[in-house]
Amino acid sequence: MSESVVIVGAGQAAAQTVASLRAEGFAGAITVIGDEPYLPYQRPPLSKAYLAGELALDRLFIKPREFYDDAKCTLILDTTVTRIDRELHRVETHDNRSIAYDALVLATGSRVRHLTTNGEDLPGVRYLRGIADVEAMQSYLKPGVKLVIIGAGYIGLEVAAVAKKRGLTVTVLEMAPRVMARTVSEQLSAFYEAEHRKAGVVIHTGTRVDKIGVVDGTSFVVETSAGRVPADIVIAGVGILPNMELAEAAGLKVANGIVVDEFTRTSDPKIYAVGDCADLPCAHSVTNRARLESVQNAIDQAKHAAAAICGKPKPYTEVPWFWSDQYDLKLQIAGLSGPQDQLVLRGDPAARSFAVFRLRAAAIVAVEAVNAAPEYMMGRRLIAARAKVAPERLADRAVPMKEMGG
Amino acid sequence: MAKIKYIEFSGKEHVVEVKTGMSVMEGAVKNLIPGIDADCGGACACATCHVYVDKAWLEKLEPMQEMEKTMLDFAEGLESNSRLSCQIKVSDALDGLVVRTPKSQH
Repeated sequence: MSESVVIVGAGQAAAQTVASLRAEGFAGAITVIGDEPYLPYQRPPLSKAYLAGELALDRLFIKPREFYDDAKCTLILDTTVTRIDRELHRVETHDNRSIAYDALVLATGSRVRHLTTNGEDLPGVRYLRGIADVEAMQSYLKPGVKLVIIGAGYIGLEVAAVAKKRGLTVTVLEMAPRVMARTVSEQLSAFYEAEHRKAGVVIHTGTRVDKIGVVDGTSFVVETSAGRVPADIVIAGVGILPNMELAEAAGLKVANGIVVDEFTRTSDPKIYAVGDCADLPCAHSVTNRARLESVQNAIDQAKHAAAAICGKPKPYTEVPWFWSDQYDLKLQIAGLSGPQDQLVLRGDPAARSFAVFRLRAAAIVAVEAVNAAPEYMMGRRLIAARAKVAPERLADRAVPMKEMGG
Repeated sequence: MAKIKYIEFSGKEHVVEVKTGMSVMEGAVKNLIPGIDADCGGACACATCHVYVDKAWLEKLEPMQEMEKTMLDFAEGLESNSRLSCQIKVSDALDGLVVRTPKSQH
């Protein structure tokens, strides 16, 4: 049994690792080292209720400070880990501290991808990843402000929805031919695009951003393949990249993230990786591997790492799930999409409650549910069971989801 | 502000004060009460904050929205007094509220 666990990163996965280590009966020392000045906090509300100003800062924190005190967990915040010494089993920090571990959990998360031209960051572009990013945006959230969003993924569209509600003029620019192209079916893309347009958001898909001109230091002109768009503020949401450099420099195996096995172990048996930074085996993915940028994965992988550290390893097979809130629409997704999936629509998009199921080799592998909790909740179970349901039956809303089990 | 009594599956009781505007789920998380995981942080997306509301209090709560109702429908151990604690907003009127956490969340 390990005597001392060090967790690098202080996000959702780190907080869960602490909770699960103690729940599993781990009695040794736990140290969490994070580079932000905050207690571990939830990121999903940043582009939703927190951006909208509907949530006070302290409600973002996953657990109160007393939780870490009670768990006898040492929190070292505002501190960057600069090196892992795998021979001496120590991590080093930017301020020359050195902390020993018996087991190390890398929960280093991810960072936003930046927009560049000729290797230089595009000027004036803001990104949304942390509390500080949102706080710097809040003064712009007032009527009449011209907001240009680059990237029509979850972050871009959630920000668009919040901004529209606050009276801003919102333009969304997306390189792909449709919104949320990476994660949802065409049916959902079309639905969400229409909803945003109805709310007054201007969306240009299939549009390339060439350049951003700074007008007078405070306003911008975004030059695109669809023309010039003036902006008071430009926010980009064009994906995130795993923080794996620390692992890579230590000689751990990395690919699309820090490579782990089904027990969250890296190529070093004393080191684990969990959350956004991990490249994990995943039977739900058509490639059998995945890097999952979600709260679910952060929580579930953390639980598995804690169990493995406590000598009770169990393989990670959880069905991935995600959600997105835009306007009064709750999008809930379970499972992972593949390019050849058979799509089955259940319900009527015009009624603003429907779901698209994905079938692979006749088995249900994913569901994209819009204001359709039964489809989502039952879908999770069906996906876990690899259930086969005839498409006609699945499409028939006269048959309740509860009866889909067979 | 309301005093809320959370009773674990084991019978262990916790009485804490929860601020108005917070959810019953947040009251549990902030006060380190076991049995309410709230994986999604209150977005009504995970059904891991399921509680049984003391029957005397059921009527006094705001009625359930459709989303909560359907999420609960698929939660383990559903009873007639089941609610998702992230969807119950705390107010002075809920002073004395009693909720129990289900076995599946321990």
